[in-house]
Amino acid sequence: MSLDDRSKLLRRYVVDAMRGGGRGHLGSSMSMIEVLRVLYDSVLKFDALDPELADRDRFILSKGHGCLALYAILADKGFFPVSELESFCLPTSRLGGHPERGKVPGVEASTGALGHGVPIGVGISLAMRLQKRKSRVFVLTGDGEINEGSNWEAAMAAAKHKLSNLTVLVDYNKLQSYGRTADVLDLEPLSDKFKSFGFITHEVDGHDISALEKIFKKLPFSKEAPSAIICHTVKGKGFPFAEGNPEWHHKSGLTEDDFRKMYECLQ
Amino acid sequence: MRKTALECIHKLAQVDERVVFIGSDLGPGVLDKMKVEFPARFFMEGVSEQYIVGMSAGLAMEGFIPYVNTIATFLTRRCYEQVAVDLCIHDLPVRLIANGGGGVYAPLGPTHLAIEDIAIMRALPNMTVVAPCDADEMNRLMMSTVDWPHPMYIRLGKGGDKVVSKEEFGCELGKAIQMRSGIDGVFVTTGVMTQLALDSADLLKEKGIDVGVVHVHTLKPFDAEGVIEAIERVKSVVTVEEHIVNGGLGTALLESCSEQRPDLLGKIARIGISDKFATEYGSQNSLLKHWGITSDKLVNVMMKKIRG
Repeated sequence: MSLDDRSKLLRRYVVDAMRGGGRGHLGSSMSMIEVLRVLYDSVLKFDALDPELADRDRFILSKGHGCLALYAILADKGFFPVSELESFCLPTSRLGGHPERGKVPGVEASTGALGHGVPIGVGISLAMRLQKRKSRVFVLTGDGEINEGSNWEAAMAAAKHKLSNLTVLVDYNKLQSYGRTADVLDLEPLSDKFKSFGFITHEVDGHDISALEKIFKKLPFSKEAPSAIICHTVKGKGFPFAEGNPEWHHKSGLTEDDFRKMYECLQ
Repeated sequence: MRKTALECIHKLAQVDERVVFIGSDLGPGVLDKMKVEFPARFFMEGVSEQYIVGMSAGLAMEGFIPYVNTIATFLTRRCYEQVAVDLCIHDLPVRLIANGGGGVYAPLGPTHLAIEDIAIMRALPNMTVVAPCDADEMNRLMMSTVDWPHPMYIRLGKGGDKVVSKEEFGCELGKAIQMRSGIDGVFVTTGVMTQLALDSADLLKEKGIDVGVVHVHTLKPFDAEGVIEAIERVKSVVTVEEHIVNGGLGTALLESCSEQRPDLLGKIARIGISDKFATEYGSQNSLLKHWGITSDKLVNVMMKKIRG
């Protein structure tokens, strides 16, 4: 599936940030660009000028290493200036290699260590219920990330509490740092796992804008259970040399030639 | 002490709707009255401490004040990353109420003995660490926890500990309490070691040695100023803790003196658990004896130190 101008623009923001910082998790960010785009364009309730709006929907990027994609969409939406992206990872920048609550407007939780987003998301979902708010909570995890048992502890609790205001999204690009998830620690049958933990689960092509919009419109999948959406994605999407290539999970020491090749892909 | 702590949570919940209780898999009937009165703010979440700490962080991010209770080792060792990342990096007002500090769970062996909890909790930026000496002090302390703006680790003793604290001492977080004054030496203590030190001071009195006791209920932030003021004029200082000697109360005092009053370092001796896991079972008292944390030891170390 070819990328439209908006998807290319968001990717360009990511490359701009990487150029500023000279590094970044390209592959991990590119697999979730469309998921974030649809969430922020069509699903989440937020006010970029009032990031603390009480009735906002909460989005937690649990796979914090994918923060370049989050920074790109937050900048695009006006949480902070697009020009700030070029400060990525510089000593006094707000935009670090993992996102931090309190530093970056629009970031709900400091993540980076894996397996923290779903437990925090359950707590926030319970808080929304206690405060009788209609706000919804979305947590995006990586696939390698859900190797961590804390996710599954929290999944059991989400079902116990019937958290219909919670949606867990899995960026299932099938590659983790070392190699294929199927080889490192196989997640399959992933959809059945979430179902057996009490989630109502759907799968979607995580780069198909209309399919994503359609599936998000169906939320909550149940009034009695949390929802899970397994987003089938391609690591490094949009950059043929990086697609499905674990070498591009994270890159540092990037050259001008590397950036030239990246920008060429976004023409 | 634990019963008092839990009852305080119920009382706090009655006057402050931000207060919630989260247990893991505690004994039957725990806080039943609160569960009946405030079912929505009572959580029993199962044997899943990593999740529970994260969940408490989520609740705190939205304005709640979670009080989390389970066995000390499971609140520290099991979910240390969650405590560091979810609570301390975010600097959230979550209270970790830790059952069984030190040798309380002696019969259950080293998996259940929280002997290094103070050291690893006080190593975390933003964390506050407290260890009250008895139920009365626990009551005073708990009432002052609601508006403390940081995460807090509250170390509990066995329960039924002799009440030695007094209303007039007060209980201000971060302020050590001079429970007894003495001109020859001072025991600096925390938790239920304060009772042992007071008993030891009585024994020393019979020998004509006048020793004071400074009770440090808040290990972090450590009241360096208050403790140094209490020890600077005496000849000998002995710290006493039901904890490994590395990284706890004695270490905190040595660090403070090293930075502020190196001239005091030579008169300080430390009593605690040596750097190894317990190899015996029995009772808390038998384990304390095994570790050499007894009134005889306190008396001997103090006398030796005073006599130089």
